[in-house]
Parts: sequence; C-alpha cells; structure tokens
Amino acid sequence: MTATIADEKARNVTVARGYRFEVVKLVSQWRIRLLVLACWIAPALFVAAVGQQSTLPVDTLFGRWMLATGWAGSLVMLGFAGTWALPLLTSVVAGDVFASEDRLGTWRHLLVAVRSPRRIFAAKALASLSVILLLVAGLMVSSTVGGLVTVGNLPLVGLDGHLLSPGDAAGKVLLAWVCALAPTLALAAIGLLGSVALGRSPMGLLLPAIVALAMQLAQMLPLPVAVRLALPSYAFIAWNGLFTSPAQPGPLLIGVAVSLAWAATATALAYRLFVRRDFTNLAYDGAGRRAVTAGALPVAGLVAVAVVLVATAAGTGFTGSGIDQDKVERSVATAFAHLYRIQAGQLNRSDVTEAQLGASAACNKSGGKGAQEGPGNDWRCVVSWHLPDVEATGQAIYQLDVTADGRYVADGDGPKEVNGYFLVRTQTGDAPNPLWQFDGNVELLPTTAKG
Amino acid sequence: MDRRRAIRARGITKCFGEVVALDGIDLDVAPGQIHGLVGPNGAGKTTLLGLLLGLAVADSGRLEILGTAVGRALAAPDGVAGFVDGPGLYPSLTARQNLAALAALRGQDAPIDELLDQVGLTDVADDRANGFSLGMRQRLGLAAALLTKPRLLVLDEPSNGLDPAGKKHVHGVLTRLAAQGASVVLSSHRMDDLEALCSEVTILATGRVVFSGPLSKLAAENRELDYRLLTSDPPAARRLAGETAGIGVVAGHDGDALVVRALVPGLDALVVGLVQAGVALRELAPVVSPLETAFLALTEAQHTEQEAGE
Repeated sequence: MTATIADEKARNVTVARGYRFEVVKLVSQWRIRLLVLACWIAPALFVAAVGQQSTLPVDTLFGRWMLATGWAGSLVMLGFAGTWALPLLTSVVAGDVFASEDRLGTWRHLLVAVRSPRRIFAAKALASLSVILLLVAGLMVSSTVGGLVTVGNLPLVGLDGHLLSPGDAAGKVLLAWVCALAPTLALAAIGLLGSVALGRSPMGLLLPAIVALAMQLAQMLPLPVAVRLALPSYAFIAWNGLFTSPAQPGPLLIGVAVSLAWAATATALAYRLFVRRDFTNLAYDGAGRRAVTAGALPVAGLVAVAVVLVATAAGTGFTGSGIDQDKVERSVATAFAHLYRIQAGQLNRSDVTEAQLGASAACNKSGGKGAQEGPGNDWRCVVSWHLPDVEATGQAIYQLDVTADGRYVADGDGPKEVNGYFLVRTQTGDAPNPLWQFDGNVELLPTTAKG
Repeated sequence: MDRRRAIRARGITKCFGEVVALDGIDLDVAPGQIHGLVGPNGAGKTTLLGLLLGLAVADSGRLEILGTAVGRALAAPDGVAGFVDGPGLYPSLTARQNLAALAALRGQDAPIDELLDQVGLTDVADDRANGFSLGMRQRLGLAAALLTKPRLLVLDEPSNGLDPAGKKHVHGVLTRLAAQGASVVLSSHRMDDLEALCSEVTILATGRVVFSGPLSKLAAENRELDYRLLTSDPPAARRLAGETAGIGVVAGHDGDALVVRALVPGLDALVVGLVQAGVALRELAPVVSPLETAFLALTEAQHTEQEAGE
C-alpha cells in the first residue's frame, strides 16, 4: 500500500515540476536565449557607447546626465524599457506561452502528461513570469553596471535639480525598477490573456504591445488626470516622482496599485477562459466572441472602476489636466534654485542656499491668453532670485515644453550669462551649463504648496 | 465495475454543438489486447480516443477505464498514455531532451536510452525534433507514451509516415507491450497494419459502432470476397472456375492472374478442383483484405441507411 501511495505521488505532476518543464521549453527556444543575452549585454554596451559620445540623448529623461553619473544610464534604460522594451518582451514571452502549444499541436500531449489544466496554467504563468523577471533584471543590472564602470558612482541630479548622493541614487534607481515591475506584470497578464483567448492568432502575441501602445497614445492626449492614472502605463512614468525632493509617492502608489489590479484581473480572466476550453476541438482558433465578453469587457470595466476610484482619491482635481500655473511656477523655481547651486559650485562661486536664493517663478501660457493650465510648448517663465549682499533681483527667462504626463523641458532664454549655452568644468569633464536646459516634472495630483 | 476489462464503455454519447460525434458507443477491450479502431473520416474515432485519454468527457453514458469509472472532470485516468492528432513534441528540444523533460515532469527515472532503442531512434537521440520526419515523430511520440509504463496505450494513426523499418519497430513495441498485459487501442486507415496487429477491431461509422469483435468473426461473416489466383494453367483454371458452383469469375483482369468472387466454401471447392485437375496453385490471396471489404461494406451500408432515414 505504501508503495502504491508513493507511486501515486510520483505520478502526480506538481506545479513545481510543471514549472520546471515550462522553463526548460522556454529556455530551449533560440529567441528567448537571444533575448536574455540581449537584455544582459546590450544595455551595458549602449550606456558605455553613449559615455564615449559628446552628443547625449537629451530627449530622454536623465539622458543629459549620462556623462555626469553612472546612475543616469540605468534610468535612461528604464525610460526606454517602459516605452518599448518591456511591452515587446512581455509580448514575446507571456503572449506566446499558451499560443505556442496551439501552434505546435501539443495541448493534448501536455494534458495527458499533466492531467490538470489548472496546474498547467499555474506552471505556464509562473514560468513566463520568471523569464520576464530575468529579462528585466538583465536590463537593470546591465545598464547600471555599464554606467558605473564607464562613468562612475557619482551623485545624480534629481528631476527637480537636487543632488542625490550615490547611495541615495542607488536605492532610488533600484526602487524605480522594482516599481516598473508592476506595469510589466500587468502587460504580462494581458499577454497571458491574449495567448489564451486568441490562440494561434498573431493578435494574441501582439496584444501586450498593442495595449501598451494604446496606453502610451492615451498618455499623450490631454485626458483628465483620473483617466491617466487609471491606466497601468502611468506607473512607467510615475517613478519620476522618486527623483524629486520631497518625493511624489502618490501617483506612483496609484500606478502600482492599478497595475497590480490589472495583473490580477487579466490573469484571473485568462485562467477562467483556459480551464473552460474544449481541448478536443481541433478547429479551435481562439475563444472568438468569448474573448470579447470574457476578456475585453471585464478589463474595460476595471478601467472604469479605476477611474472612479482615482477620481475619488484625487478629489476636485481629477477632471482637469493636473497641470496648472501654480504647480508649474513652483516646480520651475525649485529646480532653478537647486541647479543654481550646482552651477555656482562648477563656476567656483561662493555657495548659497536655496533659502537665501528665495527663487520664484512667474509663468504664463500663450502669453497669458486663455486658460493658464494644461500641457503645451507655449509656457514661458520668468525666474527671480536674490543673492546675499546683492540688492538687485536676478531674473532669467525660460521657455517650457510641458507634456500631458507632467514632464517638461525648460530651455534657457537669457540672460546668456545665467542660462545660455556655455561649458562648465565638472568632475567628469566639461559639460553644458546646468541652467541652460533642464528636465522637470509637475505632479498631476492636487498638491499643497511646500515651503 | 468490471475489473477484468481495460475499457468498458456503455452508451457513450458526445456532441459538439449540433454535431453528434459519438452516438451510444459500446466498447470492450480486454487486458493484453491490441484493439483496432476503424472508420471513415469523421466517424468519431479521434473523439473516442480523446475520451479514453481524458481530454474530454462524454455527454452521457458510462465509461470505465482500467477498472475506474471516469468522472466528469477533464483528466486522463491513471495508467493511460498515448496521443491523438499526432504526437506532441517540442521541436526546440532533442529527442532525448523531449523524453527527459517528460520524465522529469512526472518525477520518474525513465530508461530513456532503452526506449529510444526500442523505437529505433538511438542514432538521432541528440538531434532536435524540428528536423524529424513524420515517421520519426511518431516513433518518438510512442517512446514518450511508453515513459509512464502504461496499462492502456491509446494511439491515433501511429503508422502514419512510417517506413518499413519504423513500422517493424512500432509493431514490435506494441506486440511486446500487449504480451506484458497492457492493452492498446489504436486507430488507423491502414488495414494491413490492423490485420497484422489487432486481435479485435471496432468499426465506427457516423458516430456509431457497426461492428466490434475478432477479425476472424469479420472473415466468417457471410460476405463474398474477390480472390486472385496464379496457377500453372490459367485457361484450365478459368474454365474450372466457371464450372464450379458458387464461384463467379471477375471479368476485366488480363494476363495469367484469375480473379474470382466467392464465399469461403466455394473457394475451397475451386482449390480442390484445381488440384484434382492437375493444375498447380502458385498463389491465392484476397484482392482486398477481409477487414477492408467489411469496412467498406459496413460503412457504406450505414451511410445508405442514414440517407434513407433522412
């Protein structure tokens, strides 16, 4: 009897064994091997190559600081990953993990071997998740190591111009990557859902990339804040708030929560569709109409619920763009004061504190005509500051290009001695004047004025 | 429950929407028996094999496999292995890796080299399955099914794509397995294979059983067959055949061969007559195998009945 029970236990295919089986199958595919190799090598090569260039990817957040610190390379890679790499990687891995069995005609074989659609689902979901985590880890480690080796473990200039020590930068870079896992999980779950619901159809494979692209387009549109934050793609943007002082945890926490809700919902829907599938139907080519009723509609419902919840959390500020005159002025003044101190140091001038500078900004949009809020490249700010023992008030002009997600690029418009283009000497060599052009962000959620 | 039967099915019905794939199927397979499943395309063979493998559940009827009643849940009964619609292999893995991964999945220490040898794939054990021919894939699929030491092996068209050497390997494996007490249910369109391997067959047509039993019973059915005779004196043989009661000479066959249509007693009388007349009989064989003849007759009859019913 004992032997019989032992035999029975041996014959039962546990999720752990199924997981190993799925990992073996995934890793045996050349495209997965190439992706792993690319994710662990290419970012380091890219960061190292940029470190040898005089032209930097300034249109990418933190790109202008890639010669100043090794930590900037990792953040540039994170921005690229959120836009392109992670949607595509989740498509290739999670979007194909079920569909590949349809393509190879191996479902019946697998079911006879494992004898449980539930365990097959769990094993496949866990295996694809593991491979995705391996790829994300590769992107992070490779880009970080590449940056640290070629540029060095130096302080990082935050998104509001304040200086983060190398240790602080390391912690926040790691946290930013960890937070980006949440929307990655959401896309992976969409991939599982597409793979189960659409079978061999290429749409199943492309679903995470298409959904990610649609959400990116939505983030470019002037949508209300509540809608913007209710999409998991905002978590690929909201990590920016970690690099301000004080940090902006609100949008990030909402983005992570929304992403995890998407991940849980899409996984549950995929599971439900999978365990109800008729595996004897040779002509099966996706769940057809059920893919819409049991897949797309619940996700659309989740978006609606998330919009209502975020709107409730955001209070009165949820219907607008979240970008108003007061926030822009506060953000520009704060960044200017921090960067002014950095510039003073680079020019060997005496140090002044932000409090001594008392920087303020007066900003308007479209020359003060129309509503003074919302994204656009027609924001203009005049920054004023004081120096100790100097009676005159310093003033500098900036043209701002503010995007709908709250990011902006401030372009110095004079006087050229303050925010014009000239080179300054830094620890890592000559670099453009930090007050010439800088990146910043406006927190979209309603905020109270800070000191 | 009948523990002496590997399979006992009673009144199995399975529908896909409006289509009745299986309509009140009864099936009995004894331990150690190789049982053939024959039928035209769409007769329900694959659906029935899928039920035996636990890939689907019947809408109604009772199914016992290896003495255990099959429930309503999707799960292959313990001790059952096999494949339908071709073997499931992973092309990115080698033959050995395919078997090793499956063995690891089940937590078994399987004699992988021995199995590869049994199906004649030792030479390509470390080649990726994506370069395998259909016959090699079939043999590897069979080896995969044997990993679990099944007591019931269910195979759908295992002879597809096999060359003579492959066929020999597969026949050897199945015969040995049956000799060890395991039951084998296989479908095939190759009547010569079924006749060589199976002790019993079930013929399906439009989801119903039109015959089930030993091959000898098929041959004994009151049905005329065409036989081809080669003799030392073809004109004399033709004349004798025309004079023998119960023998019809089939026209249109040129050369030395004589084709006659007869029941077994009539054929016996002709052979005796030839010998008495001093005509040597060099070759005597059915033009179409008894199984194929029965298959055609029974499935056509079923088709005609169905059309008449409509």
